[in-house]
Amino acid sequence: MSDRPPVTDWARDFDPFEQRWLDDPYTIWNELRERCPVAHTDRCRGVYLPTRYQDIRDVAYDPEHFSSRRLSVGDEELPLISSPPVTSDPPDHRAHRQLLLPAFTPAEIKKLEPRTRGICRELLDGLAGKRLIDGAADFAQEVPVRVIASMLGVPEADGALFRQWIHRFHQHANDVPGSLAVIDEMTAYFAPFITQRRSMPGDDLISFLTKAKIDGKPLTDEHVDGTLRLLLVAGIDTTWSMIGTCLWHLALHEEDRRRLAAEPALIPTAVEELLRAYAPATLSREILEDTEIGGCPVKAGQMVMLAFGAANRDPAMFPEPDRVIIDRAENRHATFGLGIHRCLGSHLARMELNVALEEWMKTFPAFTLAPGAELAWSAGIVRGPRQVPLVMG
Amino acid sequence: MKHEGGEFAASSGLRVRVRSERCQGHARCVAHAPELFELDELGYSHEIGAGVVALGLEGKARLAKANCPEFAIEIIEEGASR
Repeated sequence: MSDRPPVTDWARDFDPFEQRWLDDPYTIWNELRERCPVAHTDRCRGVYLPTRYQDIRDVAYDPEHFSSRRLSVGDEELPLISSPPVTSDPPDHRAHRQLLLPAFTPAEIKKLEPRTRGICRELLDGLAGKRLIDGAADFAQEVPVRVIASMLGVPEADGALFRQWIHRFHQHANDVPGSLAVIDEMTAYFAPFITQRRSMPGDDLISFLTKAKIDGKPLTDEHVDGTLRLLLVAGIDTTWSMIGTCLWHLALHEEDRRRLAAEPALIPTAVEELLRAYAPATLSREILEDTEIGGCPVKAGQMVMLAFGAANRDPAMFPEPDRVIIDRAENRHATFGLGIHRCLGSHLARMELNVALEEWMKTFPAFTLAPGAELAWSAGIVRGPRQVPLVMG
Repeated sequence: MKHEGGEFAASSGLRVRVRSERCQGHARCVAHAPELFELDELGYSHEIGAGVVALGLEGKARLAKANCPEFAIEIIEEGASR
């Protein structure tokens, strides 16, 4: 990515892979919201970028014009890869989503809380006494990997493989053959599980999918595989990014860290605020027909980025949007999306974030960012710190 | 289904209502005001009983509304009916 011409005008020629965007997209988005609220670039084969809350909301609410069949932007075009329901549009979307909803309600997710707490305890016990900890690799990345493995009914020991896939997705965020190779490996990994659970179902999510029916017909292996790839990737990358981001924020903001250590009951409210301020996911839409966004004409065939993190920092919606106010009481952030594609795993993510932070703060109430630490943030759909080097105590 | 709070406690004169065509199952209302909202088996929210907000729960009702990302919650003032 080093040979990319540098951006001189973010309104007409933005680049979501440029270092300044990766390091701090918020400053860019805030400036665009003032100056040119629907930015455009010819890079990545043509992309629009709305930065106002209302415009992002309007696009999310209009799946007729803005299709989910492509969800990411990049220099080369990815072939269409189906991962229902996130890549589904109406009218199929409803059935694709509906069959999964009962497995992801707050009540169902609550059942996974003891296992999640156990995973956090095991990890934190293993870190006891260490002075230097990488909050990302040693903790944040491990938690969702193991939780999702136990939900899907695949060995938790395969977590190392899952982490390797996610790292390669980050590395190849703008590289089609690299991404496709990972997708093929995932499909090959899940195939024997799908076959086996079709004949001998258990009470895991793979079995749940092999038993599910739409209009009386079982799901094809391709559908099951697409959904499993989605659950694995979306269930890991977003949550680990967010746990890592929470630790990074608390390491840098002593007053917030002290307050959460002293008032653990405030953690759920603080988690919502950190979700608002640092929304990790930016999904995109493909424009199916010429239309407009906030009065700005947009062309069919190009993409729109839905930077939910930009929506969350719109002062028209959130007072003092750039301040993290960990007891912010009114917080209708868009981090889990808006409209029909509301993140299916939002209750799982919230549970994991809350449990992870509760257990971490109980064990390590005092920590700071290691001196001289340079953070690298992942590019692509999910933004999160690849490392969070911390000094304990 | 009648909620005991709504039926017997003094009413604040407020009623909550979920516009179900807007609800996407974020469940923030249930997190803020479990006395006033509940979820169905797919995770979509509805008000409990007739949505009557008992005295003392007005703050929770307002928070539930202010935290709904889909603007799906209405608060209706019916005048105090004690």
